[in-house]
Amino acid sequence: MLHGQGLFQEEHEAFRRTVRAVVEKELRPFAQEWEAKEEFPRELFRRFGELGFLGLKYPEAYGGSAAGELYEAVLLEELGRCGSGGVSAGLGAQFTISTGPLHLFGTEDQKHRWLAPAIRGEKVGALGITEPDAGSDVAGIRTTAHRDGDHYVINGSKTYITNGVRADFVVLAVKTDPSRGHKGLSMVVVEKGTPGFSVGRKLQKLGWRASDTAELFFEDCRVPAENLLGVEGQGFSQIMGNFQWERLSLALGAVGAMDDMLETALEHVKQRRAFGQTLSGFQVVRHKLAELFTSRECARQLTYHALRLHLAGEYAVAQTSMAKKVATETCCRVADECLQLHGGAGYMMEYDIQRHWRDARLGPIGGGTSEVMNEIIAKQLGL
Amino acid sequence: MKILVTAKRVEDPESKIKVKPDGSGIVQEGLKYKINPFDEIGVEEGLRLAAKHGGEVVVVSIGTKDVQEQLRHALAMGATRAVWVNHAGALDQLGIAALLQKVVEKEKPDLVVLGKQSIDDDQNQVGQYLAEFLGWGQATFASKVESLESEAEKNKVPAVALTADGKAVRVVREVDNGLATLEVQLPAVVTTDLRLNQPRYASLPGIMKAKSKPIEELTPEKLGVDVTPRIQVLKMSAPPARKAGIKVPDVATLVEKLHNEAKVV
Repeated sequence: MLHGQGLFQEEHEAFRRTVRAVVEKELRPFAQEWEAKEEFPRELFRRFGELGFLGLKYPEAYGGSAAGELYEAVLLEELGRCGSGGVSAGLGAQFTISTGPLHLFGTEDQKHRWLAPAIRGEKVGALGITEPDAGSDVAGIRTTAHRDGDHYVINGSKTYITNGVRADFVVLAVKTDPSRGHKGLSMVVVEKGTPGFSVGRKLQKLGWRASDTAELFFEDCRVPAENLLGVEGQGFSQIMGNFQWERLSLALGAVGAMDDMLETALEHVKQRRAFGQTLSGFQVVRHKLAELFTSRECARQLTYHALRLHLAGEYAVAQTSMAKKVATETCCRVADECLQLHGGAGYMMEYDIQRHWRDARLGPIGGGTSEVMNEIIAKQLGL
Repeated sequence: MKILVTAKRVEDPESKIKVKPDGSGIVQEGLKYKINPFDEIGVEEGLRLAAKHGGEVVVVSIGTKDVQEQLRHALAMGATRAVWVNHAGALDQLGIAALLQKVVEKEKPDLVVLGKQSIDDDQNQVGQYLAEFLGWGQATFASKVESLESEAEKNKVPAVALTADGKAVRVVREVDNGLATLEVQLPAVVTTDLRLNQPRYASLPGIMKAKSKPIEELTPEKLGVDVTPRIQVLKMSAPPARKAGIKVPDVATLVEKLHNEAKVV
């Protein structure tokens, strides 16, 4: 409560205890195993649905609980402590990026078809934006969707798509009018099994290994026009709108991961002995930890600040970008320093810290790179 | 069926417990607290019985305002309402049992389900005292031996079950050399062992509903109980640190050491 005084209420803390118990019992003990398998059980989506974790901010009409984004923030932060970036990314993608646009822009029918089963964990969703030649540069994507009667014909490819292999539906960013730059972007839902849609190989990654990350291919893939999300040509602002929560979720996950790493490091330095005393007996180690805890607190409070503004409906694009950048970059540094504090053991695969170190590295890249964050912040300064 | 359950506030077993240098107690700063795990099992068992036979589960706790957190937890799990006996300061097992006796006489439940002990002082006495004070039958250490996760276990006859005529409970209990089955006339007191069930998580809808569920405040004075402890804690100290073990080269040496040094064989 101390960290989030004035932000989280008693019932949020009660929910935090529930999530923490789930993470401790049902996720954390398996982090190593799922990492080695490069996959977590699909059953986890259904389990999370059953626990009500996939629909916290969605209306009850679709099986959500309409509890609000602050509860989801608690979930994201606690998931960050599960010891596996891949697990939190795969599950997180389901309730943040892939269903977010359905909730915001979907029609009643679309919500019943995809949002409701995704909230139950029966259907797995993915968000398809990044392409081999365009990632953070969303307006530069090349996948096209030509209107042909009452269908769109999609051609192109996507890559680095979280949950891509297992996805039952993909919320896809396409160019419906390639001549109009970012104004020619739209979002359309493509279901698994649609002729012309194929999933390439599962990609091998440095970290987030337990999550499935795929290449997707579209070759004259015909999708009913009713699968268009919202208004044709509005894709860019739809994607940008959804990015805010995605970035906050990455910042919250990084804060949770730092909690986990620092708690482990703190125990380690109290027990590990060198030169006749515990590591914590060395001033250099004590000061190092003091600095790391201070850095985490800075990242946490900036994240909470952006979260408060976002929840209050303020235009918090700059603060959200700052929080995403600071939290994910701090997480990388904390992971690196904690690994160092583990000495040789930190370099061994049997210790958890190496996984954190690899997982953390995705933070300043995914959901908009740190460089893109800086551009956004600069733009907010009028530069 | 009305079931009364308890929710004692105890130190989180994950916390590092430190004894104060003067031995007067433990250092409370920075500690986390939770519901006594044995009580949580009792809440779960109460909820299962109430779900099966209809009725309500009332949860009670004794302590300062802080215990409301544990009451809310039980309410979030599904208890209908809560009774809070507001009391600051030391209590012994007799005092707790006397307070619970008064609450039971007021609430008139058919069944009281408590943890067999609390994980802070591990006394294992309150349930037995309470049954004695009330003049009720008791079945302690309700338990099961099967794996808690297996399908077989889930389909099995529950360890605490109402008899067909609804006038007694049949309780499977853990004893030194196996399991004993008792039938106890209602009203009765049951205490729970660790292997009885896996308590549910407090769901978000449960947490939301718990906010508006009533907590009735009582005090030892209102209940007319003198809780002046008859037991005084003179000193607390941490158990001595365990010495490192040794490795023996073979069985013969082991037997020799067990015989001559440990003198156990």
